[in-house]
Amino acid sequence: MNSLNRKLMRDLWRMKGQSAAIVIVILCGIANFIMFMSNMDSLMITRDSFYRQYAFADVFASLKRAPDSLKDRIAAIPDVALVETRITADVKLAIEGFDEPVTAKIISLPDDGRPLLNRPYIRKGRLPDAAEDDEIMIGDTFAEAHSFEIGDRIGAVINGRWKQMTIVGVGLSPEFVLQLRPGAISPDYKRYSVLWMPKAALGTAYDMKGAFNDVALTLTPGADVEDVIRRLDLLIDRYGGFGAYGRQDQMSHRYLNEEFRQLKIFSAVFPAIFMAVAAFLLNVVMSRTINTQREQVAILKAFGYTNLQIGWHYFKFVLIITFCGVVSGTAVGVWLGRMLGDVYMAFYRFPFLIFRLDEKILIAAILITLAAALAGTALAICQAAKLPPAEAMRPEQPAAYRTAFVEKIGLGRILSQPARMIVRNVSRKPLRSMLSVVGIAFALATMMTAGFFKDAVDYLVHVQFTLSQLEDMKVTFIEPAPSNTVYSLKGIPGIRHAEGYRTVSARLKHGHRSYKTAIEGVENRSTLRNILDENLKPIEIPPSGIVLTDYLAEYLKIEPGDTLTVEILEKDRAVRQVPVAAVARQYLGLMGYMDADALNRLNREGNIISGASVVVDPLYKKEIYKQLIEMPRVAGAVVTRDEIRNFYDTQAQAMLIFTFIATLMAGAITFGVVYNSARIALSERSRELMSLRVLGYTRGEISYILLGELALLTLAAILPGFVIGRVLCLYIARAGASDIFRIPVIIEPATYSLAAAVVIVSAAVSGLIVRHRLDHLNLVEVLKARE
Amino acid sequence: MNKTVFSVKNLTKVYDMGEVQVHALRGVDLDLYEGEMTVLLGPSGSGKSTLLNILGGLDTATGGHVSYRGKDLTAATEQELTAYRRFHVGFIFQFYNLIPSLTARENVAVVTEIADNPMTPDEALALVGLQARRDHFPSQLSGGEQQRITIARAISKRPEVLLCDEPTGALDFKTGILVLEALERVNKELGTATAIITHNAVIAAMADRVIHLADGLIADVAMNRTKQSPAELRW
Repeated sequence: MNSLNRKLMRDLWRMKGQSAAIVIVILCGIANFIMFMSNMDSLMITRDSFYRQYAFADVFASLKRAPDSLKDRIAAIPDVALVETRITADVKLAIEGFDEPVTAKIISLPDDGRPLLNRPYIRKGRLPDAAEDDEIMIGDTFAEAHSFEIGDRIGAVINGRWKQMTIVGVGLSPEFVLQLRPGAISPDYKRYSVLWMPKAALGTAYDMKGAFNDVALTLTPGADVEDVIRRLDLLIDRYGGFGAYGRQDQMSHRYLNEEFRQLKIFSAVFPAIFMAVAAFLLNVVMSRTINTQREQVAILKAFGYTNLQIGWHYFKFVLIITFCGVVSGTAVGVWLGRMLGDVYMAFYRFPFLIFRLDEKILIAAILITLAAALAGTALAICQAAKLPPAEAMRPEQPAAYRTAFVEKIGLGRILSQPARMIVRNVSRKPLRSMLSVVGIAFALATMMTAGFFKDAVDYLVHVQFTLSQLEDMKVTFIEPAPSNTVYSLKGIPGIRHAEGYRTVSARLKHGHRSYKTAIEGVENRSTLRNILDENLKPIEIPPSGIVLTDYLAEYLKIEPGDTLTVEILEKDRAVRQVPVAAVARQYLGLMGYMDADALNRLNREGNIISGASVVVDPLYKKEIYKQLIEMPRVAGAVVTRDEIRNFYDTQAQAMLIFTFIATLMAGAITFGVVYNSARIALSERSRELMSLRVLGYTRGEISYILLGELALLTLAAILPGFVIGRVLCLYIARAGASDIFRIPVIIEPATYSLAAAVVIVSAAVSGLIVRHRLDHLNLVEVLKARE
Repeated sequence: MNKTVFSVKNLTKVYDMGEVQVHALRGVDLDLYEGEMTVLLGPSGSGKSTLLNILGGLDTATGGHVSYRGKDLTAATEQELTAYRRFHVGFIFQFYNLIPSLTARENVAVVTEIADNPMTPDEALALVGLQARRDHFPSQLSGGEQQRITIARAISKRPEVLLCDEPTGALDFKTGILVLEALERVNKELGTATAIITHNAVIAAMADRVIHLADGLIADVAMNRTKQSPAELRW
């Protein structure tokens, strides 16, 4: 090792604390980047390989009932590669020892046991045998939630008839990577599952022999999806088609895509914050190091070292720190990435997770770090390299100070000399002070994003389930039923109140934009359903006209007073013009709301309902469930409280991990900024602080001068931190908004205080470490040395 | 004879430098008296700075005793030493050690704010003839001016002793004389016991007593029968 490198090593060792603080900040940035990017990459690869190996379809459609002969005509649509016709049905399940409503979507398997498309992956057991009519395969999440084993039996109400079924297999499918009950806000593994059953058995049960009610197809490469959808719709229209859709609208696929979009946002936002902070810290540390080594630079130059050698020498300093940050960040990123991967795997079910760290991601990480490091240090290093030896030999000019602004405006009189020193030091290097404040503010903002998610979710649940949906339970019928069916529900002991509702699937169009969703018909003077305006006040639903949820109105670029084209996707597929009456605030899903009677009129139907919202006496819960399972009309029931609890349960782990990571990140930034500022302040001012000690100032008193400045900067960062945090949350909410859900920007006081507390504690800890150092400075040594 | 301020008995100081031990003081016996101007002379490495640092409560002894007005400094705690420096001792260093962020007046106020019975910063500055420069920052002052500020700062608390480590070491001859005049004036007018460390033998002529140190021991003590004023000194 040459002597310059030896000097480098010793300098690094001498500055190990500061270097470590910067390494930690880089580590966090890289770890974040790797964690998010590698997860996105791994999940995408896993998804694509699962889709490919198990033949995930490109286009899907449901219909009432069509003869098998239609299949050939579908296959004849240009660009269609493979067609699979199926029977699907919603069923109620009865599980021993679990007295809550459980529903399932049952999907037929071809009788030869070899599905062409959306092939299930068999985790345990086997596919049901077509010769048996009581064998089923269940979803793996459902099996786990109830600890089902092969051979266990569950009761199912299939087409109104009780049947005991035997579990012969546990599987998952590319079609249900996320198993979500339609209309649910989160997967409910205990109360919802996908089941597979041979087509013969299911066809018999549903009187669908030689017919189908669901079709999936794949397309040839380069096919025009929209064209195929249009042609398919034309074919299935007369068989009660509900509107074909492509992968982009397939629920499980859509949720996955949303997840990727969020990962992408996170992988840009958080690493950017860290890299900016790292660049700033490197700048501060390198400028200071080079300043204190002016004379060494002069000597080296006097001996004949070139500018390039000097520049390279200091750049190596930066490179080593960067290298340590990238290496440790990658390790931590992979570790966190696997942790996050486990969270995703609990949510999104793949047969396997191909976790990999693509070299492109690693190269990107290295380049980002290098760019940040160069941005932070290039100027200081160039200045060191260009320093003329004779000038460098002279010590730096003594620091010039001026009276600070606060003193000029007359506050000077109340300041003690130490307080004056603090104020003047802060104002002597305003840019550095300001950047420190911004750095700490970003730490606080990062912390706020964690609390913000919890607040937003709480608020969302509050709006949805306390202000808007007031029922205890939502009952859905297999088929729309006369509105007086509600009386049979009211007759069940324990049901205090019941109100019918109607949902109709429809395609809403305005201009060239269209969106496939449902219109809910709300009973006139409903006491259980509030459609809310932007101030969360209930909107009176007009006798005619439609109320659209805000995001949908925005998406369709339509305003109250405009006319919406409604294409009903049921019955005779009427197309109507309906005026938009109002816009409603809603964070979940996109919907239209109409008066129930108006909706039925629009659809040319009598008084019919799709289900009912009910209020129940909790004492009668179990009896009510039992009765509902036995009612042939009832397809299923969802208990609001279970829905909310389940939502929190599924979020809990992710939330915990996210908060944990955010706390570490905020702590790391604060530590990085405060510790480095403190160390630099200490190196710049140890002499004057020691002079004060000589003059009889106590350790506490001189710590006050040094740490008071940092306390001032930290406190000054709190308000801007709140503002930046809010903007950051707003950005994340905006960027994360989709038709599935919007994140309300609600930040509770507790989140603000927790974020401030984490930053203050981190700053205090960093301060104490420096204070420890200050206490061990040797009075005599410091004073003896010439500045 | 005046009252004893410092009484030093068999003082030793060993610096443990890992593999080698440096004996800076090897058993010094010495008394310093009220109102007396003492010059300690010696080549570098003779132990004079170490002695001054121990007298000033900046450093601790390895062996022996130092008492200040009957109080044993070698047994004092960290807190007691801080208080001792705060209320009793004035320091002047070769490299001034002023606070760059404070003006001349404020640099003095740093001391007067925490002392028991201080003069005002302006009075202290007047004693060194620098009232006119009171609102200047150190970076706006010459070396001699900076050193006179440190004298003002040191005397503003009305210390009982003034310890000066090479006070003229960083100054040219002319400014050096100005600084020495300020020291002499303080010694005379306030009766502050003053100890000056220097390797400049000429300065010894203005002392009441001259102590030569060599190799960690007192080599010689001489009384000046006739003191010269700083203005008469030449080097």
